[in-house]
Amino acid sequence: MTTAATKAGGRTAKTKPATMAQALGRALRDSMAEDPTVHVLGEDVGTLGGVFRITDGLAKEFGDDRCTDTPLAEAGILGAAVGMAMYGLRPVVEMQFDAFAYPAFEQLISHVAKMRNRTGGAMPLPITVRVPYGGGIGGVEHHSDSSEAYYMATPGLHVVTPATVDDAYGLLRASIASDDPVVFLEPKRLYWSKADWSPEAPAAVEPIGRAVVRRPGRSATLITYGPSLPVCMEAAEAAVAEGWDLEVVDLRSLVPFDDETVAASVRRTGRAVVVHESPGFGGPGGEIAARITERCFHHLEAPVLRVAGFDIPYPPPMLERHHLPGVDRVLDAVARLQWEADS
Amino acid sequence: MTVQELPGAAAYRPTPPPAWKPITDPAPLLPDPEPYRVLGTDAVADVDPELLLRLHAELVRGRRYNTQATALTKQGRLAVYPSSTGQEACEIAAALVLEERDWLFPSYRDTLAAVARGLDPVEALTLLRGDRHTGYDPREHRIAPLCTPLATQLPHAVGLAHAARLKGDDVVALAMVGDGGTSEGDFHEALNFAAVWKAPVVFLVQNNGFAISVPLAKQTAAPSLAHKAVGYGMPGRLVDGNDAAAVHQVLSEAVARARRGEGPTLVEAVTYRMEAHTNADDATRYRVDSEVEAWRAHDPVQLLERELTGRGLLDDEGIERAREAAERMAAALRDRMNADPELAPMDLFTHVYAEQTSQLREQAAALRAELDAEQDHEHSAEESR
Repeated sequence: MTTAATKAGGRTAKTKPATMAQALGRALRDSMAEDPTVHVLGEDVGTLGGVFRITDGLAKEFGDDRCTDTPLAEAGILGAAVGMAMYGLRPVVEMQFDAFAYPAFEQLISHVAKMRNRTGGAMPLPITVRVPYGGGIGGVEHHSDSSEAYYMATPGLHVVTPATVDDAYGLLRASIASDDPVVFLEPKRLYWSKADWSPEAPAAVEPIGRAVVRRPGRSATLITYGPSLPVCMEAAEAAVAEGWDLEVVDLRSLVPFDDETVAASVRRTGRAVVVHESPGFGGPGGEIAARITERCFHHLEAPVLRVAGFDIPYPPPMLERHHLPGVDRVLDAVARLQWEADS
Repeated sequence: MTVQELPGAAAYRPTPPPAWKPITDPAPLLPDPEPYRVLGTDAVADVDPELLLRLHAELVRGRRYNTQATALTKQGRLAVYPSSTGQEACEIAAALVLEERDWLFPSYRDTLAAVARGLDPVEALTLLRGDRHTGYDPREHRIAPLCTPLATQLPHAVGLAHAARLKGDDVVALAMVGDGGTSEGDFHEALNFAAVWKAPVVFLVQNNGFAISVPLAKQTAAPSLAHKAVGYGMPGRLVDGNDAAAVHQVLSEAVARARRGEGPTLVEAVTYRMEAHTNADDATRYRVDSEVEAWRAHDPVQLLERELTGRGLLDDEGIERAREAAERMAAALRDRMNADPELAPMDLFTHVYAEQTSQLREQAAALRAELDAEQDHEHSAEESR
């Protein structure tokens, strides 16, 4: 986003290890400091600082009216945010967990996503809905859903998910600044991932909707986002030993979808695997594979494969490692990309 | 730092055993045992005759608006019309008690309230004609889009009123919902938020007896819908929804209370849906004519007319003048609705996002090509004739 980009411009900043959680909190703080219309509301976001402590310190710095502990009712929270946005505020809603966001679905689908459209552009709703999502943290039932497919199937919403500390800051700033509603999916298991980062001069971040090549390669493209990025990066490193030079594309934004970056990569490599935690059937991978096929058919050496979560309700934590796509599953998929045809 | 010094802990009180104790005496929150009435009672002496005459003119106009809109469905000029015939007292009063700076949150049955507030009736009806979801700028008129999903507009009203209060603006939101809507989760959440936040909101429930076909007895076991207020810690008021003076008074008091910063009020107006749910519904499948006829004798327009003529405030000539004004409104509405609305298919892509995505640009180009091909086809068909 421009703000972050400008701040970063040419400045040499001191960096130190920071977690994604800290970068997200800093993004909220900076947005609130810069724009008095930004209000944070949700369950436990005030005094406690959120169950993941993302909003820690905001109520103290900006007061209860800017960072508000609400009653425990997700439809009410998002519905109230709609009214606040109608009056000119810029609400940032925290949903406590992926599966606890479902009561707010009607507000999200019927009002948040559609208000710009149903008012002929007169009343857009600049609401950011932050949703911690995905598994891998040992959470018991209803704490580990990958709900992105529901959101990306709804026109009118942007669906954004960071995978790095830099992006966590930049994309959240950009989402809050956006005049469109954004479902901001935070990969829970990356909350405590660290990177060298400077809160005073965060790295430049492109506007919402641009994917990025995290690792250039020539053999095949891994297309992923959020919690599966580290898995793909690790798989790409391991693949070197097998003689594969894998490119890794981090989508960052599921909506808008960056066809350009994805198609350019696949045209270069001729092979593609989509990797995500969400169940495969009806999941993002199907849409992405179809888009690649429509655009890159004559460049493809093999069918586009998907590595996804199983088509099962999210398993109990002691079994989740069997469900989540890991490095081996990614490498197995890469091995099935019809390499023998090359020889 | 102790817990008491933490930010946001102002509402926290350490609670000794054995249990949390309610701090609110429910008695002042309870609604009257019978719906409050003004017309035909001593209370009417306190009502400004000018207000009664204004209400009468608006009710006559409102009734005519309802019959005209229903007629437009039969002529194919409206896709559907959920009539508020029989409920005009609620619709009109809701519009009249608000100041210009206040906000109205109507449901799909409340186009009349929007029109009574000053909205162009054609703009109010585009949703039901089917050419535009919302035919007006909500911020310009401070009328939220007509809300079709039940009760979902109520938390919006709470959020808006809350935001206005945070900004220090003197703005009240009045949100309208039906008896069926009170069963929805959003009704509960909105009332709870409003009470906790002391938001300047008035909730007007028009209890018209039916949620499409389902009677109130299958909807709730509450003593009255107004009683539900008590559970949230706000006052509930029960009013005769066909008594325009009573509805106006009760809503005015609720608005004034909200304006004073004393928080929300739930008003249940007991009324009756004289028509079917919409023109597409058949009410004979679920209710008896005798009930409808009994309510016809309690018609809001007639109740008011009887009061005014009985007290010599209105004569036949005055009634005729009100009817003629309503007729002129109806004729103008009919004429304007008989013109085909202008449709702009390419606008389908204009207001999905602030900036069109590349995918929407591609799809817009595809539709453009289809429209051009249609036009070419029509041209060549004309030439060959």
